[in-house]
Amino acid sequence: MSPLKASEAQLFYAKVLNRLTLFSFATLIVFFLIYILGIISPHVPLNQVSQLWTQSSHNYMQAAGIQPGWAWVGHLGYGDMIIYIPIALLAGVTIVCYIGVIPKFLKSQEYILVVIAVLEILVLSAAASGFLKGGGH
Amino acid sequence: MGNSPKYLKKASLLFLLLALFLLYLWMMGGSALGAANPGGEGSSLPWWAWVLILLVMTFVMGIVAVLGGVGGGVIFVPIVSGFFPFHLDFVRCAGLLVALSGALSAGPGLLRAGMADLRLALPTALIASSASIVGALVGLALPTHIVQISLGLTILGIVVIMLLAKKSEYPVVKEIDGVARMLGIHGTYMDISTREDVEWKVHRTPIGLILFVAIGVMAGMFGLGAGWANVPVLNLLMGAPLKVSVATSKFLLSITDTSAAWIYINSGAMLPLIVVPSLIGIMLGSWVGVPILTRTKPTVIRYIVIGLLTFSGLRAFLKGLGI
Repeated sequence: MSPLKASEAQLFYAKVLNRLTLFSFATLIVFFLIYILGIISPHVPLNQVSQLWTQSSHNYMQAAGIQPGWAWVGHLGYGDMIIYIPIALLAGVTIVCYIGVIPKFLKSQEYILVVIAVLEILVLSAAASGFLKGGGH
Repeated sequence: MGNSPKYLKKASLLFLLLALFLLYLWMMGGSALGAANPGGEGSSLPWWAWVLILLVMTFVMGIVAVLGGVGGGVIFVPIVSGFFPFHLDFVRCAGLLVALSGALSAGPGLLRAGMADLRLALPTALIASSASIVGALVGLALPTHIVQISLGLTILGIVVIMLLAKKSEYPVVKEIDGVARMLGIHGTYMDISTREDVEWKVHRTPIGLILFVAIGVMAGMFGLGAGWANVPVLNLLMGAPLKVSVATSKFLLSITDTSAAWIYINSGAMLPLIVVPSLIGIMLGSWVGVPILTRTKPTVIRYIVIGLLTFSGLRAFLKGLGI
């Protein structure tokens, strides 16, 4: 029995977070093995990566012919591009948890928390959208 | 407890080896690192050698982070950016994903136990995650040497905070403030050591929320986890109990670092050869570090971590100056 008192929403958030995180990590390790063992050819050859990782991300993308944002979705036939799937899952776990917890807050009539959760989803979605990106120096 | 000196010796030896290896990497400069400075020529070592070195180093960093009571990100970014050939863009993205992964792994347990508080985390996370987007965009837009110098100064500032900041197990909060009351930021937990229920509430919430703007910007700009700043604000300023502050801070990183990480990922700064070995190394190191922690003296280890951070902070600062 837990000595501390967690709300129903908190317990639900924990359950979703745990499942999605474990799945993301497992996928990450499997896909990374596929990548470095060369089971699927990468878009950028491995020995070329070590020549480019001294460059800024902007220069790296230009030299490697990679587009920013979600362009990787169109190149999932390459070993290095499939790693984006578990990374996007890891970075997307929190958004899913927030969406899942809103009905719990509605049920407990905690409307201010509903508003905060909706705003957080909007912030994280804006960050994930690909419209906000930097670099170029 | 009888084994403490033995484990302390082992831990000290580990730190010594890490410091010597970093010194070696630094002194090798042009030959092994090849591209110690961004934009330089590629390394003479093959890619797999760097992946292996990174895996071993992050494994040790994972142990060090647990023993020193700091997050992985705050050690990872200055050390890897200072002593490895990778450009700061890739290191910051990896640093954010390292901190994010640690927070995502710890989050469910902390939430289930009620130590991390969702009501305390939600408003602070909204502020910090919005600010971290700005920090990431600014950090990617600024010239690398400026970010590197600022990173060095920030790390040295963190050292000062670690040396000076005190902690309060149960801060005295006479009256909950209006914002905290409106958001329902209060709770009860049972302290295992005293077997007593502890009621807690917070005050100075508006000032705390303003400070989370600065914390978010720094987390996004430098790719650091922000536990070093979250805990003092939650505990010393807002008056949350230490256990609640530490746990909520860890959980907060899973939200703050998510937004900044997306900016770096979408800007092409996610290199699997840097990110994945770092995540695996830090995670494995953390698992090994926890049992060692029960057998070592945290105070001694903490001072060694402070020394390590000072060294890597200075290195980041000098690298930014081109020295």
